[in-house]
Amino acid sequence: MNHSDADKALAVEPSMFSATNLNAHNRRLQWLFRALFGLMTLILVIPVGVILAVLIVRGGPAISIEFLFSHPSDGMTAGGIFPALIGTMWLVAVALIASVPVGVAAAVYLSEYAPDNWLTRGINLAIINLAGVPSIVHALFGVGAFVIFAGFGTSILAASLTLAVMTLPVVIVATRESLQAVPLAFREACWNMGATRWQTIRTVVLPNAISGILTGVILEVSRTAGETAPIMFTGAAFFFPFLPLSVFDQTMAMSMHLFVISTAVPGVPDELKYGTALTLITLVLLMNAISITFRSYLRGKKKW
Amino acid sequence: MLAEQAKPPASMDLDHRGRDWYTDKAIAFLVFVGGISAVIFIIGIFVFITKEGLGFISGPLDVREFFGSPAWRPTSLREPTYGVLALIAGTASVTGLAMVVSVPFSLGAAIFIGEFATGRLREVLKVLVELLAAIPSVVWGFIGLSIMNPLIIDLFNVPVGLGVLNSGIILGLMAAPIMTTIAEDALKAVPDTYREAAEAMGATKWQVIFKVVLPAAKNGLVAAVLLGVGRGFGETMAVLMASGHSINIPTSPFDSVRALTATIAAELGETATGSEHYQALFTLGILLFVVTFIINLTADLVVRGAKKK
Repeated sequence: MNHSDADKALAVEPSMFSATNLNAHNRRLQWLFRALFGLMTLILVIPVGVILAVLIVRGGPAISIEFLFSHPSDGMTAGGIFPALIGTMWLVAVALIASVPVGVAAAVYLSEYAPDNWLTRGINLAIINLAGVPSIVHALFGVGAFVIFAGFGTSILAASLTLAVMTLPVVIVATRESLQAVPLAFREACWNMGATRWQTIRTVVLPNAISGILTGVILEVSRTAGETAPIMFTGAAFFFPFLPLSVFDQTMAMSMHLFVISTAVPGVPDELKYGTALTLITLVLLMNAISITFRSYLRGKKKW
Repeated sequence: MLAEQAKPPASMDLDHRGRDWYTDKAIAFLVFVGGISAVIFIIGIFVFITKEGLGFISGPLDVREFFGSPAWRPTSLREPTYGVLALIAGTASVTGLAMVVSVPFSLGAAIFIGEFATGRLREVLKVLVELLAAIPSVVWGFIGLSIMNPLIIDLFNVPVGLGVLNSGIILGLMAAPIMTTIAEDALKAVPDTYREAAEAMGATKWQVIFKVVLPAAKNGLVAAVLLGVGRGFGETMAVLMASGHSINIPTSPFDSVRALTATIAAELGETATGSEHYQALFTLGILLFVVTFIINLTADLVVRGAKKK
C-alpha cells in the first residue's frame, strides 16, 4: 500500500466526525438563544431581589418591637402599626373561616362527584372568572351585597366576606389539585369494602390530601393579607385607633395603612412608610415561602 | 326457621338505606352546593353591581357621551358629565405599555424555564416567579411612588415621574408571573414525542423550540397573553398610585393618566350611596366586569380549541 494513500485516508477520518460549519453555526445559535432567554428570565426575577433589598435597607431601621406593638400617633406621622397588624389578622381569620369550607366543598365536588358536562364546564369557567375579575369590582360587589344588602355596614365581616369570595379560587384550585393527586386505586379499595362515597372521601381521600389543602390555605392567607382594593370601602378604616372587638367593627389593615400613609397623609417620614411596606411584604412572602417549602417537601415525600 | 334463613341478612341487602346512606346523600348535596358556589358568586357579582348601577344606566346615561367624551366631571356643580374616553385611554395606554414590556420577557422566561433550565435552576426560577406574583399590589404602588418616581425624574429629566411609563413598567412586572406560569404550562403540555421526533431528525434544541414546540403550544401562549392583559386591565392599587391620576388622553409616556379601576377606587369613598355619581361608578364596574369576562371567556375558548385538536 502506498504510504501517502494511507496518510490521506487517515487525514480524512477526523474531519468526518468533527464539527462542520453548519454544526458550529447551530451551536452558536443554540448558545445565543439560551443566553437570550436566560437573560430575559433574569430580568424578570431580578426585581424581586432589588425590591426586597431596597425595602430592607430603607425600612429595616424602622422596624422594632415598639414599631410593631404601638399605635400610630401624631396624625399617623409617628408611632407604630399595631392596630393595622391586628386588623389584618382579623380580616384574614374571618375570611378563612368563610372561604375554606366552601372552597374545599367545591373542590371535593369537582374532583370526586362532577360529571364531565356543561355544568362542570360552567363551574370551571366561573372559577377562572372569579380569579380574573378586577379587585375593585369585587369591592363594588362587597359594597352592594354585604355592606348594603346584607346590612353588615362597613365592618370586618363585610370586608372579610368580600375577600373570601375573591380568594375562593385559590383554595378551590389547590384543594382540587391535591385531591386529584390521590390515586384512584385508593378509592377503589375503599369502595370495594362497601364504603359509601362520603365514607371514602372522609377516611381515605381527605386524609391523604390534607397537606396539599393546607398549602393552598397558606397561599390564600398570603393573598388575603395583601389585598387593598376589596377592603377599602367594605371595612378597612382610614384611621381607627382602637382594636376591633367584634366582626361588626371597622378596623385598620396593613395594606390599607400603607396606602393611606403613602398617598393621603402629608409629612409621614419615609422610614415609617418603608417600614410598613417591609412588614407587609415580609408577612406575605413568609406565608408564600412556607407554602412553597411545604409543597416541595410533600412532593419529595409522596410514595405513589 | 326456614323462612328466617331464606331472608338475607341486613348486610346482604344491597338496597339497604341506613344512616350512612342518608349521610352520603346529604353530603353529596352540600358538596354540590359548594361546587356551584363559584357560579353563584359570579352571577351575584353581576347582579349586585348591576343593581347599584342600574339607576344610572336607565336614567342619565348617554351612551354617546359616555364612550365618546373625555370629560369625566362627576362632581361638577353646574353640569356633571360622565365621559369615560380618557379613562379608557388611560387604562389602554398603561396596559398596552405593560404588555409591550412584559410579553416578550414573560414568553422568553417561560421558554427558558420550560425548555432550557433543568433541575435545581428550574425550581429556583419557578419559585422566584411565584414570589414575584405574591407581592401585593399596594406594595407595587408604593414602589412606583417612592422608588420608580424619583428614578424616572432623574433618568429622563422630567418634572413628574408618575405616569404611563411608571405604571406601565410596574404593571408589566405584575402581569409577568401569570403569563410566564401559564405559558410554561402550555409548553409543558406539548407531548415529549414531538420533541423526540424532531430531535431524531437532527434538529437542534432551538430548532425544536421554534419549529415544533412553539407552534404546537400556540393557543396556550395566546391564552397566557390574554390573561396577562386581563390582569393588567383590572389592576387597581398599583395603577392608582403610580399613574399620576389626572384625567388625560396621553400623548407621551411621561403623561399622567387615570385608569378605570383607579377612578372607582379614588372616588367611591366620597360619594353618597345611591347618588348619580355613585351609580356612575358602579356602571364603570359593570364595564370592567364585562370586559374581563370576555377576556377570560376568550382565553378559555382558545385553550379549549387547542385541546380539541
